[in-house]
Parts: sequence; structure tokens; C-alpha cells
Amino acid sequence: MSEVLKFFMEYREAIFIIILSIFLGIEVISHVPSVLHTPLMSGANAIHGVVIIGAIIVMGHAGNVLSMILGFIAVILGTLNVVGGFVVTDRMLEMFSKKKKQK
Amino acid sequence: MGTMETFTRTIEFSEYISVLEISYILASILFILGLKKLSHPDTARSGNLWAAAGMGLAILFTILFHKTRMENGSYEGIHNIGWIVAALVIGSAVGWMAAKKVKMTAMPQMVSLFNGMGGACAALISLMEFPKMQNMLATAGATNMLTGEAIAILLGLMIGGVSFAGSMIAFGKLDERIGDIKTPLLRYINLVFLFLLLAMIFYIMTMAPGKDNNLMIYLFTLLALLYGITFVMPIGGADMPVVISLLNSFTGVAASMGGFLYGNQAMLTGGILVGSSGTILTILMCKAMNRSLLNVIIGVFGGGGAASGSSGEQTVKEISLSDASVLLSYSQRVLIVPGYGLAVAQAQHLCHELENLLGSKGVEVKYGIHPVAGRMPGHMNVLLAEADVAYEKLMEMEDANNEMGNTDVVIVIGANDVVNPAAENDPSSPISGMPVIQVWNAKNTIVMKRSMAKGYAAIENNLFFMPKTRMLFGDAKATMQKLVSEIKNL
Repeated sequence: MSEVLKFFMEYREAIFIIILSIFLGIEVISHVPSVLHTPLMSGANAIHGVVIIGAIIVMGHAGNVLSMILGFIAVILGTLNVVGGFVVTDRMLEMFSKKKKQK
Repeated sequence: MGTMETFTRTIEFSEYISVLEISYILASILFILGLKKLSHPDTARSGNLWAAAGMGLAILFTILFHKTRMENGSYEGIHNIGWIVAALVIGSAVGWMAAKKVKMTAMPQMVSLFNGMGGACAALISLMEFPKMQNMLATAGATNMLTGEAIAILLGLMIGGVSFAGSMIAFGKLDERIGDIKTPLLRYINLVFLFLLLAMIFYIMTMAPGKDNNLMIYLFTLLALLYGITFVMPIGGADMPVVISLLNSFTGVAASMGGFLYGNQAMLTGGILVGSSGTILTILMCKAMNRSLLNVIIGVFGGGGAASGSSGEQTVKEISLSDASVLLSYSQRVLIVPGYGLAVAQAQHLCHELENLLGSKGVEVKYGIHPVAGRMPGHMNVLLAEADVAYEKLMEMEDANNEMGNTDVVIVIGANDVVNPAAENDPSSPISGMPVIQVWNAKNTIVMKRSMAKGYAAIENNLFFMPKTRMLFGDAKATMQKLVSEIKNL
């Protein structure tokens, strides 16, 4: 039991952030119209590309050749996720906004 | 555990770190506002840009200001910056090109592919951090690895691996490179894999830190990848968007594990936000199909003994192009119900042309959009928007159904499962209970279809045999072209 409590105290800030973010995530998108489901999924897809920061950190401290190679690949993959995700989302949404201007 | 304590505590005093943390707070705010704006049609595009700005900020500041506390107590910034920038440039160029070139119809595959990249990235990070963590714990004289870091690394590896392998399979399926494997056996295999993975997490954590554990981690990775494959393999047909959305939220969770590991707030909030909103989105999609998430994952849907009762004995009635054009031109209200077939044939522009043509003859033309038409919810709206169809011409399913009785002609283009009456009147049908567009209530129905082949969910459709239904066979694009010129010549 004390191990569990110790674990909680040690990571309480992260646990707070996790719990609040869960509710925030649910709240933020709960009123989305179905038209926007695909762009929203795609946009969220780009946001989890934030994992690239982890890749940069690992790559930034890579000491040997193997970890250099893996880190290099990780950064490329993360960038693909971020850039590809945002650009694809923008392309989808561009079509909606084009419509609006013509009216 | 002392190392972790210092890991998160002492760094507060560095100025560089404070700047970095401020940038992460800004990035998190931009992510939240971006998601919020993405859920409203008017602000969606700027929302996406805000989130992208947050991401750029977080990446730039990480490269410039990130410091890691080393074992000897000193702080070290990011090395290998040249290589990092090179990787960023390569990734950006390839990602940009791929995203710009992909056809709107192939969008779901593309999202799945990018999602898989994120998952692989998360898994790679864990793979590289595991040996480091082991060394740290070994020098600290620990006899086991029961720490939060170990949980984060192992869960990140597992979820990232599943997400990567699963997304690749989903990509292959949507791109029609991979078929479905539907055997009840896979259900049990999946359960065994899941149990094994969780057991391995526990087992690895109880092991003493040492070099020989690396084999175990590779085995664990392999198992996670295998599970990703067998997880998605039996799921098919109309359930694909649900799976992509689910894998999307998985990657979010995997990313947040990295945030937990590094005490990195941007990764933590970004990852969890996507994890939770992705889960809600997945549930919303399931609701649109009137199914439970569990049902989708276990995979009762699709193929097999779906052809209940209605064997090939029945006959369909065809309609000629000229009859169709006359019927359409002298109608008052026409409803177009598009499906994925329209998108595959790239006929959305012709659809818009037909709409304008009929509109000039005083026919009121609208579109009835099923929430899961296409291969992702909202996919059809994106495709029609691409073809300049006005937003207000698009009717949601309920409105379309309410007006169905006053509709003279419904044109079903490349849609099948979303207009299948079996969903309402055949309890044994796999799509039973799924809300559908009740096109059979209209005065006439023209179904444009390539052949009598079954729809994406591989279920027989009785609509084709109904008395008010006429079939117009052929490639959607070619048929539309002929129909448009036929109406012009009237």
C-alpha cells in the first residue's frame, strides 16, 4: 500500500495532468458535427505527432551508431506524422472554406 | 527511486528549462484551442493552423533549450542537431508531398499511414530508452524495475507497436492490398496475445536490471507488432473507420507515455488529449452505426453467412439512360445518395454538374449523406465539398429520411450498405439496427452500380429487387457522363 501511495506522490503532477486532460479532450470535441469527423480525426492524428519531441530528445543524446540510426528514423517518422497530418487536414478544410467564400 | 526524484525536481532552476516549459504551456494551450476550433465548421481551418503552430513552437524550443540531467549531475543540451534537422527536413518534404498528392478518396489510408508513423516513433523511443533506464537502475543498485518510468516505457512500446502494425494493416486493407482474415480462432489468439503482453510487462518489471533483458524486450516488441496485425486483421468492411480512429487514440496514449517518461508536459497533454478525444470520436462513430465498440473489436461484423434467405433467384429491373434522363428532368425533387463507389470513380464533379443541370430545369436537387458514407465519417462531405457542392445542399440522414416521401427520384450512386433495408427489417443481418437512408420510401429509386456485387460489408441488398427500384449498371463516372449529355440533349 505504501508503495502505491509513494508512487502517487512521486507522479502526482503527471497524474493530475492526465486526468484533467482526459476530461478536457472529451469536453472539447463532444459537440462536433459529423461533417467534421474526418478532419477532426486527421487533426488529432497530427497532434499526437508531438511524440516527435521524444524522438528529438533521444536523438539529441544518442551515443552510438545504432541509437543514432534508430533516432534518425524516429525523428523522420515523427515528422511525417506531424507535417503529413497537418497538411492533409488543411487540404480537407480548405475545401470547406472555399465554399464559404464563393457564396 | 532517488534518481527520478532529482530528475523532475532540480531542473527547475535552469533558465533554459523555464523558457522551454513556458513554450510547452503555450503549445498545450494551442493544442487545446486548436482542437476546440477544429470542432466548428467556421473555425476549423484556423484551428488546425493553431495546433500546427503549437507543434512548431514545441519542436523548435526543444531543439534549442532542452537539457537533460546526466548521471554526473551536469546538464546537457541536445546534440546531433545537424542530424536532427536533416531528419526533420526529410520527414517534412516526404510528408508534405504525400499529403499534397494524395487523392481525396485515399484520405482514410493516408491518415492511417501517418498514424502508423507516429506509433512507430513512440515504439522506437521506448526501445531506445529501455537500455538507458536499465543502466541507470543498475548503477543505482536496484534489484527490480518496478518504477513509473518502466511502466511508461513498456506501455509506450506496446501501444506504439500495436498502433504501428495495426495502422499498416488498416492502410493495406483500405488500399485493397490486403484482404480480411475472418476466423473465430483469431478472437482467441488476440486474447492470448493481450494476456501475454500484459504478463510480460509485469514479468520484465520484476526482473533485475541487466543486459540480458534486452532479448526479452525484443520478444515483447515482436509480440506487440503481431498483436497489432491480428487485432486489425479480422475487422473489415464498414468497421474500418472505427479501427483507424481507435488506433489514432492509441498513438495518442503512446505519445503521452513518452511525456510521462520525460516529464514533458507538451507530450503529456497533447497525447492524452488525442487519446481521450479519439476515444470519444470512436464511440460516436460506433453510435452512428448502432454498434458497441466491443462488438467492433471482437468482430462479429462482415461477410460469412450474411446472405440470409435472399438467394439469387430474384430479378432486377434495369432502366435505360434515356428513360432515366426523362424521369429526372421532369421530377420536382431529386435526392442524390452518394457512397464510396462515387468517390472511387471520381464522379463527384459530374455529380455536381448533374445537380446544376437539373437545377437549371427547375428540379430541386439535394444530397442525402449517411454519417458513415465513404470510408470515414464525414468523408463524403469532404469529397463533395471538393467538387464545389454547396454546404446547404447536403442533408443529414434524419432530414433526408423525413423528406423521403416527397422525393420523386432518388439516385443512389455507388452506395450499398447505407441504403440496405435489411438493417431495419432483417434481425439476422449483420448490419441489423444500423440507421440507413430509407430510399425505398421515395417514389422512384435509380441505383447506379458497377455490377451486382455486394457492398463493402459483403451483404446482399434487397433494395435492388424492390418494385420501385431501377438499376443503371456501369462505371459511375462513365454512366454519369452519359446521363449528363443525355439530359442536355433533351
